Amino acid sequence: MSFSTSQKQLPIQKQLKSMTLNAVSVGYEGQPIVKQASFELKEGQIGCLLGPSGCGKSTLLRALAGFETLMTGEIRVDGELIASEDRHVNPEDRHIGMVFQDIALFPHLSITENIAFGLSAWPKSDAQERVSYLLNLVGLSGFESRYPHSLSGGQQQRVALARAMAPKPKLLLMDEPFSGLDAKLREELVPDIRDILKHEKMAAILVTHDQMEAFAMADQVSVMSAGEIHQTGTPYNIYHDPETRFVAEFIGHGDFLTATVCGANCVHSDLGTIRGDLDHGFEANQEVDLLVRPDDILHDDDSEFVGMIESKFFRGSHFLYRVKLSSGKIVFCFASSHHDHAVGQEIGLSVHLDHLVMFPR
Amino acid sequence: MAELSHTKLAKKPKWNWLKMAAVLIAAILALPILVILVNVLIGDGDVWQHLYETVLAEYISNSLLLMVGVGIGVLAIGVPCAWLTSMCEFRGRHFLSWALLLPMAMPAYIIAYTYTGVLDFAGPVQTFIRDLTGWRYGEYWFFEIRSLGGAMTMLTLVLYPYVYLMSRAAFLEQSANTLEVSRTLGYSGRAAFFKLALPLARPAIVTGLTLALMETLADYGTVQYFSVNTFTTGILRTFYGFGDVAAASQLAGILLLFVAMLILLERYSRHRIRYHASGLKKASHRRISLARRHAVWAWVFCALPILVGFLIPVMVLAYWAIFKAEMPGSNFVELAWNSFYLAAMASLIVVGLALVLGYAIRLNNSRSVKFSVGVAGMGYALPGTIIAIGTIVPLAWLDHRVIDFVKHYSDERVGLLFSGTLFALLFAYTVRFMAVSLGAVQNGLGKIKPSMDMAGRSLGMSPYKVLTRIHIPLLKGSVLTAILIVFVDTLKELPATLVLRPFNFNTLAVRAFELASDERLIDAAPASLMIVLVGLVPVVLLSRSISSRSRHAK
Repeated sequence: MSFSTSQKQLPIQKQLKSMTLNAVSVGYEGQPIVKQASFELKEGQIGCLLGPSGCGKSTLLRALAGFETLMTGEIRVDGELIASEDRHVNPEDRHIGMVFQDIALFPHLSITENIAFGLSAWPKSDAQERVSYLLNLVGLSGFESRYPHSLSGGQQQRVALARAMAPKPKLLLMDEPFSGLDAKLREELVPDIRDILKHEKMAAILVTHDQMEAFAMADQVSVMSAGEIHQTGTPYNIYHDPETRFVAEFIGHGDFLTATVCGANCVHSDLGTIRGDLDHGFEANQEVDLLVRPDDILHDDDSEFVGMIESKFFRGSHFLYRVKLSSGKIVFCFASSHHDHAVGQEIGLSVHLDHLVMFPR
Repeated sequence: MAELSHTKLAKKPKWNWLKMAAVLIAAILALPILVILVNVLIGDGDVWQHLYETVLAEYISNSLLLMVGVGIGVLAIGVPCAWLTSMCEFRGRHFLSWALLLPMAMPAYIIAYTYTGVLDFAGPVQTFIRDLTGWRYGEYWFFEIRSLGGAMTMLTLVLYPYVYLMSRAAFLEQSANTLEVSRTLGYSGRAAFFKLALPLARPAIVTGLTLALMETLADYGTVQYFSVNTFTTGILRTFYGFGDVAAASQLAGILLLFVAMLILLERYSRHRIRYHASGLKKASHRRISLARRHAVWAWVFCALPILVGFLIPVMVLAYWAIFKAEMPGSNFVELAWNSFYLAAMASLIVVGLALVLGYAIRLNNSRSVKFSVGVAGMGYALPGTIIAIGTIVPLAWLDHRVIDFVKHYSDERVGLLFSGTLFALLFAYTVRFMAVSLGAVQNGLGKIKPSMDMAGRSLGMSPYKVLTRIHIPLLKGSVLTAILIVFVDTLKELPATLVLRPFNFNTLAVRAFELASDERLIDAAPASLMIVLVGLVPVVLLSRSISSRSRHAK
């Protein structure tokens, strides 16, 4: 056993400039689980792989960390090729940290020892300083000599984060880090962790099936389904400008109105003629499905278009009405909780859309 | 990123050497049973005819009767004791619940010598009766311990803990809800026990029973000493007395048939345990409080097996060993040392191989590896006599090939390198005890989640460092337990040691057996006592783990 002296030196990592995935496929025994995934992450950004369970998002994350080999494609960190069909840099040499779904703290080590686990090459005083800095950052000063089993779930998750961040990785990966925690704790922890990552200017990628988590955490979301990345964009963009029907249906609540194109930026629909502010690129008289979200449809007593309330859900600040249009289509509509209507009543509806999202029928 | 330029560019790590090692270990450990099976198949009809005409009926009937007797006995003691200590509350319940395991420390052959010494014609009990009444030999009836009934009793006394342990675990796992639901549906407590608790625990009880019966079939020391002719004594007599490998193998083959049936029964009921235990879990029990009058009976019932199965024989052995036995100290030290280093070597080898198999299945969970691990763990069910013959036959063959080979090329003379040395013994122990250590090692490995490996790697550790800094500290406990269990089992093992030991090499167990066979029961006491005391260590560990579990269950 001989270690080169260069490894003993403090490995100073520069911050990530960019990480690119180019047509990455990952799979077992010739069966791809992730197909042709591409996206780019920039300095200090928090990315997110969002999708239903079994869509391949965790597999892609494991490939980034180096626990899976690539079938095709390449992964580059700051231009350096770290994985391709015939190149595989081992996980320990990638300087990519990871937080695991089941937390995976080492039960035989104290909190300090857990966090310092990746700092074995650091001078002792620097390592100590780093550990106490991180413990302070995650709000667990005073827990130094405790053991993982004596901590609550949320505290363990914070330690896991500190442990992964300790060696200053270029990139931090988080695999469903909040899935084991209850809703209340998650609500506290998500913004905390975003603040910590931003404070450290650390680039990160989160894997989750929970879009609220994705929106609260990420600068850039990649929506995945059946092994493919459907769209990568800001949370605002993927909600308001979904590029595929899957994204439109998976993100938020969406209904489709049947519509006929009547001009470069307008369509006829069950709820009247709707004009967008941009050309939609469809040809006149083409039949399309128009995406409407509950917040696009307003309760409007003056409107000539009516629908019958089928059921209603009280949401505190507002009602969500399930409304049947004369054509038989069902749409959802938000109304302020002052507008309390009975089931079976007819209400007027109007559509407020700036940007038309349509898919060919 | 200068560091990256000199990183290893491994393609997907395959761990193929581990897979090959697992297959190889399994193939070698399967050798004894294959040898027996081949000999069964090639054995000619004459041997079979001869066996059939002479001894077979006696062996089969004795073995079956023994199994029936022991089966009834262990159920009658094990199940009620488990029920009383797990479902009822009375003073001293906690003490009884672990003390009931103590007879496990007592090898059957040792309890047999002890009670023979106490109960036979010249023993203190009968002498006392004669002194008191003035009767003489033949004028009164007394229980003849050296009989089939005696063997049943002795085996029952030390084997009931298997049934006790399994059924106790089953009773504790049963959700209190199940029983409470039955009460709300109008069943009385007693009806709930017979209609629900007992049927639910049945797979576990059957599993415990099959384990006890496997030990019964494997027993050699007790039946040989009591002159009850069963398969194990028959196999060794045929092999040694007549040097007839074919006939011994035929007998072993029939014994294997019995064992195979027990294994199938055990697998089947283990499978059903999983089925029965599914769903409802761990609502804490409210135990039935026993009135004082009933508590006394519970005490008597639970204390009796402990007294008869452990305390009395240990006290007798201690008395003999300290005040009566004639055994030179140097002799004893030599025996103890032989036993110790043999058991130490065996446990290190067995646990080392178990680690290889455990890692093979963790890192390469393919069908061939799973099958290999299954095969390697088969030996736990094989009686020591069968393993002994299955070991000595191929090793002797190998030795003669080596001798021929060497003779052909030089004038050097080599002895029996394999069959005449400790190699044979260690090999047989490995076959016999692989399953227990594999169980402990896999249990330990199961606690190291795969994500911990990955966490270590992503924090910059090489696989080697992950092993030294995460796996070794976390596995230490399980590995030590495995080593301890194999150590003690090896120390107690009799038939394989008897057959395979090198010339003039004695262990505590062998010496105790020899002295007892020479009717020097009292002189056998120091060695026997030593075996029992060492055997206590894993029992204490086991009882500590079950009592801590029951405390959690509260």
